[in-house]
Amino acid sequence: MASAQHEFSQAELDVMGTIIAKYPRKRSAIMPLLHFVQSISGYVTPEGIEKIAELLELSTAEVTAVSTFYTQYKPHPVGEYHVGVCINTLCAVMGGDAIYEAVSEHLGIGNDEVTEDGKVSLERIECNAACDYAPVVMVNWEFYDNQTPDSVKALVDGARAGKPKGPTRGPKKLRTWKENSAVLAGISDGLANEGPSAGKASLLGLKISKSGKGSK
Amino acid sequence: MTQLTPVLSAFWDEEDSYTLEGYKRNGGYKASAKALKMEPDEVINLVKESGLRGRGGAGFPTGTKWSFIPQGDNKEHYLVVNADESEPGTCKDMPLLMANPHSLIEGIIIASYAIRANHAFIYIRGEVVHVVRRLQQAIDDAYKAGLLGKDVKKGYDLELVLHVGAGAYICGEETALLDSLEGFRGQPRLRPPFPAIAGLYARPTVVNNVESIASVPAILLNGVEWFQKMGTEKSKGFTLYSLSGHVKNPGQFEAPLGITLRELLDMAGGIRKGHTLKFWTPGGSSTPLFTAEHLDVPLDYEGVSAAGSMLGTKALQIFDETTCVLRAVLRWTEFYKHESCGKCTPCREGTWWLVQAMKKLENGEGTSADLDKLIDLTNNIAGRSFCALADGAASPILSSMKYFRDEYQLHLDQGGCPFDPAASTLFQSATTVGGE
Repeated sequence: MASAQHEFSQAELDVMGTIIAKYPRKRSAIMPLLHFVQSISGYVTPEGIEKIAELLELSTAEVTAVSTFYTQYKPHPVGEYHVGVCINTLCAVMGGDAIYEAVSEHLGIGNDEVTEDGKVSLERIECNAACDYAPVVMVNWEFYDNQTPDSVKALVDGARAGKPKGPTRGPKKLRTWKENSAVLAGISDGLANEGPSAGKASLLGLKISKSGKGSK
Repeated sequence: MTQLTPVLSAFWDEEDSYTLEGYKRNGGYKASAKALKMEPDEVINLVKESGLRGRGGAGFPTGTKWSFIPQGDNKEHYLVVNADESEPGTCKDMPLLMANPHSLIEGIIIASYAIRANHAFIYIRGEVVHVVRRLQQAIDDAYKAGLLGKDVKKGYDLELVLHVGAGAYICGEETALLDSLEGFRGQPRLRPPFPAIAGLYARPTVVNNVESIASVPAILLNGVEWFQKMGTEKSKGFTLYSLSGHVKNPGQFEAPLGITLRELLDMAGGIRKGHTLKFWTPGGSSTPLFTAEHLDVPLDYEGVSAAGSMLGTKALQIFDETTCVLRAVLRWTEFYKHESCGKCTPCREGTWWLVQAMKKLENGEGTSADLDKLIDLTNNIAGRSFCALADGAASPILSSMKYFRDEYQLHLDQGGCPFDPAASTLFQSATTVGGE
């Protein structure tokens, strides 16, 4: 359940001020500010909407209108680990549908639902620009490449036990939904240097070119 | 056989390829230094002359787009890079930004200088945290190195802001992207005026795809002739082709424009063992489907278009004979319905109706008359909205009807789908999945 209403600290207001100052016109800061609110509360809270409206001199209706347009802004709490299974055509055909079904049954939750312990939520997501690693699963918007029903079941079990496997192309350790929301708001977590430069599929053409095979 | 030409991807296999040092070691920021010594118009002319065309789908000549920005108008100019890569099947810009973000930043310096913009933005989709980390670090490092900020060149300042989206395919459409960046719901604008006249904050704005801008430094450095040696008559240069689906080895291939799927498939080890090619998209789900008869179509702007589709984002999604084309098309249709922004009625309502119609057909309900009704419905949706989203929704339907009408009919004759979805998965032996 949602906790008590959040009072924004001076430190948080300072961060919000820094975000606003990045833009020539302050209304442009609405999206990073919404990500920032999610980094504090896990979802877009009514008090978050009010604060953004106040800072940007907008009505709460205007901020809500923006917030509800974009699927990454959640109107209710999601899990500490938000699992997105790609069900767009290519991933679905390659196994995404089977993965979604298996993990949904395994957790006993459906699309846009959270486990009772608040640890894991599930979402059917659209193409996430990693098709050469299909079937793809995203957790807190980190890449989990080449998944199977079993690998994702193990992943969510690990998440519920507090020790999820790390992403394929990302930091060593999977960060929480709130922590990653802060990165999306523009706040560095210093983890850019973790993980590979590129995955295997990304390097295939380069490898072939270097071996001379692609240049008969 | 066409030779691969890794340029942007040439050093992705180095473990620090995404850092400033890694990029500089591979010749980075020499092109921007060169450009900043030229006159802005010279830079525009050079890019124009090279023949570089937009790599995000539409294929509009990049230098020409830059030349549309009015000069001496005493207004702010903006460069906005479209990194909202979301077209189904498209997966080139994200690995590019993860492995080589500085190529984009260097391209931004050159492009901004050319169009006299002091402020540039990268609009990246929000569902890729690690790419955001890499890109933000690259921007921060470029600022620290004096490559961005005050006096990039004496008297020329350049600010670059990374703007993170929040899950909306439509924001890949350039005017929806601009509305989103201004802090509104991402909905396309009526044109004219075009962004070159009234773009971000109603100021002259260039919107370019990541790969287009990232390709500019190599052209500046190696010259127009070098660039034109690659590609075909009207489609010059190198580009990233993304092969995914039922191929032995999916992945990224940087090749001259005009390479064929037959050549790419050969490098990817062919269709997965024991299977045959059924249908494929040349450039994402919004480009009409191709079949095995199109294996030798040159994958350049003209070649693909002459064969009845579009080069699009060069996202080659490959499906073998185990795949039900109706299932594939229905899922794409559901995507367009989900992503329709709701502004234009034909798209908002039409994509909803298309899903209903496709669902019935996939379930084998209806008669042959419903097939003609589907075509009629689709034709009444395409070309009737502010942007191309609804046209994209029409592409898979109309092209699948063109090549696979028999399969639609078979669903009706059998009263259901004749395919086993488990056979299409990569773990087909796990037949108990979902049915335990």
